[in-house]
Amino acid sequence: MMRRIQSKALLASFSLAAVAGSVIAAAIIYAPEIKPVERPLPTSFDPGEVAKGAQLASIGDCIVCHTADGGRPFAGARALPTPFGTLYSDNITPDEKTGIGNWSFAAFRRAMVNGVARDGSHLYPALPYEHFTHVDDADLRAIYAFLMTRQPVEQVQPKNDLLPGLGFRPLLAGWKLLFLHEGPSTRDPARSAEWNRGKYLVEGLGHCGGCHTPRNILGGEERSSDLSGGIAEGWIAPALDKSNPSADRWDEASLFDYLTTGIAGGHSAAGGPMGPVAEGLSTVNDADVQAIAVYIASRMKPESALQKAASTVATLPRDVASQDPASSKSTIAHPATDTLFAGACGGCHMPGAPMQVTGRPPLSAVSDLRMTNPRNAIQAVLQGVAPPSGRGPAMPGFADILTDQQIADLLGYARAHFTDASPWPDLTAEVSAIRKEDAR
Amino acid sequence: MTVSLIVNGQRRTVSATPDTPLLYVLRDDLELNAAKYGCGLGQCGACTVHLDGKAVFSCLTPIGATQERQVTTLEGLGTQAQPGILQQAFIDEQAAQCGYCIAGMIMRAQSLLDRNPAPSDAEIRRHMQPNLCRCGTHHRIIRAIKRASAVLGSQNGKGDAS
Repeated sequence: MMRRIQSKALLASFSLAAVAGSVIAAAIIYAPEIKPVERPLPTSFDPGEVAKGAQLASIGDCIVCHTADGGRPFAGARALPTPFGTLYSDNITPDEKTGIGNWSFAAFRRAMVNGVARDGSHLYPALPYEHFTHVDDADLRAIYAFLMTRQPVEQVQPKNDLLPGLGFRPLLAGWKLLFLHEGPSTRDPARSAEWNRGKYLVEGLGHCGGCHTPRNILGGEERSSDLSGGIAEGWIAPALDKSNPSADRWDEASLFDYLTTGIAGGHSAAGGPMGPVAEGLSTVNDADVQAIAVYIASRMKPESALQKAASTVATLPRDVASQDPASSKSTIAHPATDTLFAGACGGCHMPGAPMQVTGRPPLSAVSDLRMTNPRNAIQAVLQGVAPPSGRGPAMPGFADILTDQQIADLLGYARAHFTDASPWPDLTAEVSAIRKEDAR
Repeated sequence: MTVSLIVNGQRRTVSATPDTPLLYVLRDDLELNAAKYGCGLGQCGACTVHLDGKAVFSCLTPIGATQERQVTTLEGLGTQAQPGILQQAFIDEQAAQCGYCIAGMIMRAQSLLDRNPAPSDAEIRRHMQPNLCRCGTHHRIIRAIKRASAVLGSQNGKGDAS
């Protein structure tokens, strides 16, 4: 009897807690619809505002996720694979039926800052509103002006294909409670205006952390490890702080070149998903990209080292590329691989090869070969590297030419030959695993 | 080194240094001259052949990497007297101007049709992207691929695949 009473009381208090919880939850989950508006006329926007918005949209690289392969710009329907299933991006052209044509600025602002669609439904964080929440209203207005003056395209995106249960959008309210930290990006008054501008762009529109910050099991960015490196579409998004093994080899000038052209002579070329980022930034005004470079450079090294680096940046640790391959330690360690390298890679990567003359970085400078994890080097060989910004020579993929063992041999050889780093362990198994991933 | 590989269904054994491009072996040792030397850097596609059924740049394929593997060249798709379906489609559409890229184009396209006999226009364009044609016959090349696709479709009793 006693036990029953106790359990009844327990049940009652549980119910009470559940009701209270539900009320609180409902308050968090509930977002009202924002009334549709008539599509604003393109002529109602100031051309200067539209032009500013175009620049900002390039920094945010909206077009990459919001355009399907070969599809109309900003019409969405691009498949975005995530650990939780596949999402299809929304149509953000000003089409009234299928796009954002009847969204007021208030609705647009709420989507960017709070991750809530005009109809009140929660948006998936594939829209990086953890970052966009830091964008100020003036910039949001300019982006709104830019988007509302694009060509409307009537196109409905395919249905999302998510793990069971995750199609239930109110869950996203809980996710936001944990991971969406609203409010403006904080300024550091001790730093220059340029540095602060860079910080604002990196943390906000640029959403660099979307790839370059590690994510926890729920897909939230680990804020304590901001920009310490993450993963994007099967490629490592390298650390943009001091933990990057090549951190001392980057500076403002090389980062600026890299961000605006995809290539920094004597450093690296943008591979994988970084290619489209550089392509977007190639259309952005120099001052903003320079500000991003200044901020990232400061994150990669302490202030005092920054001045020092400026004078020594031209000197690579060891210009092994100019050594005679026949006598190097790599040839001794990989006796059969030097001829494989000469046949498959040498045409572009040997000293004096045409690619070297056109300013492509020598392998002795390429960051991917120096990383602790061989993933990006493997991806570059398997998939190749598209010409960043769409022009110039591409590195072809070798997935169909070379076996896992051959790729492992070549990478082992290249690492020994072109860097001072210690050999990568279990390369063949890594290549097999990544090849399987790529095939999916 | 001695390399033994299967070229157009026949076992061939060649003696070459392992870094010799497959392209050189095909042209100089095996007298298969369809694949062309364009850039030698994997940028143009004139040298495209199939390695284990996949289209590859033979200029970047060291012969040392082809031991016991299957190579198919344009000569493997048909003869002048009896052209293959795709070759006939290229003839019917007169898809060649100077013709230098065409062997590579056909091999690239064949690898798509082998995998997907009824590709969409977008799939054709994406797949053919690595191969360059300096004369500008791209529209005819795409028409030829679609024509071959239609022939393949009717042969399979599925009607017109275009």
